[in-house]
Amino acid sequence: MIEINNLTKNFDQFTAIDDLTFTVKEGEVLGFLGPNGAGKSTTMKLITGFLSATHGSVSIDGFDISKSPIEAKSLMGYLPEGAPSYGDMTTLEFLNFVAQVRGYRGEEILMRVQHVLDEVELNSVSQQTIETLSKGFKRRVGLAQAIMHDPKVLILDEPTDGLDPNQKHHVRELIKNLARDKIVIISTHILEEVTAVCSRAIIIAQGRIVADGTPAELEARSKYHQAVSVRLSENYDLAADLTGLAQVGDVEKDSEDELVFRILANGGNSIFSQVSEIAQAKQWPVTEFHVSRGQLEDVFRTVTQQTQGAD
Amino acid sequence: MGNLSIIFKRELQSYFATPLAYIFIVIFLVVNGFLTFDFGGFYARGQADLSPFFAFHPFLYLFMVPAIAMTMWADERKTGTIELLLTLPINLRDAILGKYLAAWALIGIALSLTFPIWLTANYLGDPDNGVIFAAYVGSWFMAGAYLAIGACLSACTKNPVIAFILTVTICVIFVLLGYPFLLGMLSGWVPQIIIDAISSMGFLTHFDSISKGVFDIRDFLFFGVFIGAWLFASAVVIELKKAS
Repeated sequence: MIEINNLTKNFDQFTAIDDLTFTVKEGEVLGFLGPNGAGKSTTMKLITGFLSATHGSVSIDGFDISKSPIEAKSLMGYLPEGAPSYGDMTTLEFLNFVAQVRGYRGEEILMRVQHVLDEVELNSVSQQTIETLSKGFKRRVGLAQAIMHDPKVLILDEPTDGLDPNQKHHVRELIKNLARDKIVIISTHILEEVTAVCSRAIIIAQGRIVADGTPAELEARSKYHQAVSVRLSENYDLAADLTGLAQVGDVEKDSEDELVFRILANGGNSIFSQVSEIAQAKQWPVTEFHVSRGQLEDVFRTVTQQTQGAD
Repeated sequence: MGNLSIIFKRELQSYFATPLAYIFIVIFLVVNGFLTFDFGGFYARGQADLSPFFAFHPFLYLFMVPAIAMTMWADERKTGTIELLLTLPINLRDAILGKYLAAWALIGIALSLTFPIWLTANYLGDPDNGVIFAAYVGSWFMAGAYLAIGACLSACTKNPVIAFILTVTICVIFVLLGYPFLLGMLSGWVPQIIIDAISSMGFLTHFDSISKGVFDIRDFLFFGVFIGAWLFASAVVIELKKAS
């Protein structure tokens, strides 16, 4: 379990991380979201012990990162931002080095290195120097070193940045497979990734947590949650038919298509059946009719733009 | 095998993975030979010793050692690998010593490859081999002192060229502190005790006595403490500056 208490980091006068408190349990894949400069990478650098906190504490399975750094670091695998690695080494040499530092000796080194080479599909470039590799391969070398010792805690700073869609899919599968009894924290600004792999998401803005929940819970906070989306064949005044229904809110016209409307639901309750009954009764000129899910993107924009809205 | 030796091995291998180590060794040997035989008048002196060889070392190291030291930490910070290195379960002490000792070993290899000069002196005459051995060790320790300055200043910046220039500058100061010319200028109007203190911080003061065969453990101790102090300073600098 990772426990983070009142974590604060100041750079000179600037507060990068402001009193973060949260815990992550085994089996959770935590997506760490936030606009650029919100403090995602700084938080990860504090958790992994690269930076030391101004106030507060980070403990990994009971080991405080500032008091017992070696023990805490042994439990973690970390892919830093940009996946840095020693460019003049070959993939194999680099992974051998990491395996040795992780405490493997003799035969074990070969086995572990071969295992991670297979896991992230690096066999084809194992003899190439890292500086000659493409961005995608470099990122995978970074992932390979992070999972070398089958760590209990995996911290990945933008793991799929620079990968093509196939590789992204592969990395996500990898993370999902790893996650069963582990803690994974990934930072990303790709929101679909959160829905795809994370069991929990934390959104931070200006160093503070502004939202924390499962992706579904966060989606439910969208104003489009449970909204009914309607495409008409000709113009029709929907709002007039819907007045008086307590659970139905505003009707919004789509900004791109004149004939697409969104009927918002008040309080996040389902309005599908009510609206469809009215549509049939009043014979709306409907060509498409469906319930839209809340968009994580709306929630992200809403919570990160109103900086005072911390909860 | 501890982490120190793992890092030592990686660093030393990476010197030899690029042309850097070979270029360093070749240039070191060529310049050494040139200085010893042409400027030093190795043959013309008609003496079987290596004084002309060692006399140029403080000046040779002035450019060669900072070139090795400049990338030591600056590159780690520039490429971000410092974040990788320091989040592995490694002590900062092991990381600093491992990197430092690897660079020092490279200089040691280059220095030991000058052995044909030693053999030549033995072939031509009957030198005091004990003195020559002590001078070799002393020269290596002095190179270590330059290297420790370089390691610390390399940790101060992401730019290796800046690290190089700063290191050369600081090293020049420590060479000049023991230079008789400078001390002569001070004598007469500065109290002797201060002149002695300044002179005792100079590389030349200690290296001269070692290379002349005056074996005083304090001279080696000076370089040892000097190296330790600069490496400790690198640790402080790395802690302070790793975020930026």
